[in-house]
Formats: sequence, C-alpha cells, structure tokens
Amino acid sequence: MCVECGCGTAVPFGIKVLSVLAPGLLRATSAPAAPAPEPPAKAVDLRIPLLAKNDRQAAQNRAEFARRRMLALNLVSSPGAGKTTLLGRTLDEFGLTTRCAVVVGDLETDNDARRLARSHAPVAQITTGTACHLDAEMVAKSAGALDLAGVRVLFIENVGNLVCPAEFDLGETLRVVLLSTTEGEEKPLKYPPIFKTAHIVLMTKVDVADALGFDRKLAAENVRRIAPQAKLIEVSARSGEGLADWYEVLRAALPPA
Amino acid sequence: MHELGIMESAMSTVLAQAREHGARQVHRIVLRIGALAGVEPQALRFAFEIVSRGTPADGAELAVENVPARVHCADCAADFDVAGGFVFTCPRCRALCADLRQGRELELARIEMT
Repeated sequence: MCVECGCGTAVPFGIKVLSVLAPGLLRATSAPAAPAPEPPAKAVDLRIPLLAKNDRQAAQNRAEFARRRMLALNLVSSPGAGKTTLLGRTLDEFGLTTRCAVVVGDLETDNDARRLARSHAPVAQITTGTACHLDAEMVAKSAGALDLAGVRVLFIENVGNLVCPAEFDLGETLRVVLLSTTEGEEKPLKYPPIFKTAHIVLMTKVDVADALGFDRKLAAENVRRIAPQAKLIEVSARSGEGLADWYEVLRAALPPA
Repeated sequence: MHELGIMESAMSTVLAQAREHGARQVHRIVLRIGALAGVEPQALRFAFEIVSRGTPADGAELAVENVPARVHCADCAADFDVAGGFVFTCPRCRALCADLRQGRELELARIEMT
C-alpha cells in the first residue's frame, strides 16, 4: 500500500528519501531534452489536469447531489480512527429524523456495510480490490445503486488511508477528516495534505484521551496550524460527547430542501 | 500507490493527444506539479514506466516542472510563497493562513511527439 507517498513532495522533510532513491531518475528532471528525436518533432502545450477523468465525474456527482438537494460528505481517516462507529451512531440518532444513506469503501469484505445496515438508511459497500482510495466513478456507481429518494445526507466512508484520498475529488459537499486520540497528537503535522483539504476535522475517541495521555489541546493546536480553515469538533461515539455539535454542523450544512 | 491511478489517467490523455495529432511516437512529456499536490514525483516515474509500456509513449522522457506553493492571507491580503512545510504563516502579519492560490497543480503541460 502507499506508505508515505505524499510526503516527499514539499521537499524539506522529503529530502532523505529522495536522495536515497532518486539520483538517476531525478537527473531527468533538470536535464535538457533527451537526445533529439527524429525530426520534425511536434510539441503541444496543454493544461490538462492529470485527473481530468476523475474531476469530470466528480463534477457530475456534485451536480447530481445538488439536484437532489443532498449533502454529501467524504469521510477520510487512517484505518481504525472510528469512521464506521461514528456513522453507526449518527444513523441511530441524527438519521432518525433526517434520512441518510451511506456508501462505504474497503479493499475487501462487506463487514462495514453489514455493521451499518439499518432499515431506515440504505447502505452500499464498495470493495476496491487493491485501490487505496475511492474515486468519483465508484461513488457514482454505488450511490446510483441505492434508493436515494428522500435522502438528505450521503455519507461516503472512504478507504482507511490518510494519504491517497486527498487527491481524489468525489464530488462531495464537504470533506471530513477524522483524527483519533489513539493516533497521537501529531497526525496533522505528519500527514498534512489531507488535513489541508478538510472542511471539518473530527477528533474522535476523546472519551479515552486521558487514559492514553493524549493532549487534546495540543492536538487541537496542531489541527489549527495545518488546517486553520477547518471546523474542529471533539467527539466520542461511545460516550456521546460532542455529537450534538456534529449533528448541528450537519443540520446547518443541509442544502435548502 | 495512488500515483499509478493518476498516471493511468494521464496516459489516456497523452495517447488521445498523440492520436489527435497523428503522432506515432511520444518523445517527451512535461508534467506541472504543485509543491503541495500530494504526489511523489518518483512514484509517478515508476508508474509511468509501467503504464507506458507497449504504447507510443514507451521510452519517452518524463519531465516535471515544479510549481511553488503560493498563499493569500485573509487577514492582511498579502500574497506570499511558502518556503517549505505545511504551516502557512503570513510573513507580514503572522496570521495562520489556509487560502492556497497555487501549489496543488497536477497537470499535463506539454507533449513532444513525431
């Protein structure tokens, strides 16, 4: 899987890795054009996003969600940060008065979909095989397979991965990044790209923060430094702490019916 | 390895462009990549070698043009380049900033072919 694949880009802290792996290949970056190809060479200057196909599908998803007056949330975190547990309780409480649907991505198994299955909320499982993130097409297909009549909130539970999902727009209205107390206070500093794109950061499992020696204030400060744009909510899906705030944020973000 | 997916997508654009221009061989591809794009150029190169195999872009040079991160300060309206790292502190008023105006580019910039 893609360990550390985003961290070499902003150079300062990626230097060590680059210098070990790169010399031969890096040379190509700065070297002038390779030995002249047989003439006449034709050059076209473009400005096409590398993820053009995904971006197009994401735009279609966004338009479809807007047409349905639906709030779509892309939930991203490390594996085990508590996305499914939070969603389960959200469906049981918030979901009783506001119709919700879920698409959930994992490499294998439909365990999460089975955990989330509720009679009042349609759920679809996406198994990605080896892919380390969801893309816009997977979301379009899985959401399209659900009965979305009357659904106001679509939760998209991404594959547990704090690196790759950052680059893949799913057409979501808001991106929610979870940081659990079991991961330590420094996660935002260590995996900044994903936090940079967050609209909401949920600090999860705060009920066990004290037992873990987790410093909530320090973690909040780290979130603020990397993602000053994001709204931070501290929650526990077990004790219920902070969930009222989470539901309030969801309610406030609902598009007018 | 999300770079593989990115490169597959890029390759389909490259090959479509080559077809459109009636080219038989792609010699050089230039990508424009922002400092905060979240991709590893090294992994992109590796992915390129795999996805270009047996295509008209097989053996082409993959060059990367880096785009520095540029941030706008909401407090004092200054625009500034980010020297490194992911904490954007305004050099003028010291505010923490989030408005990234440049630096997330992930683009196909140029194709040279015959």
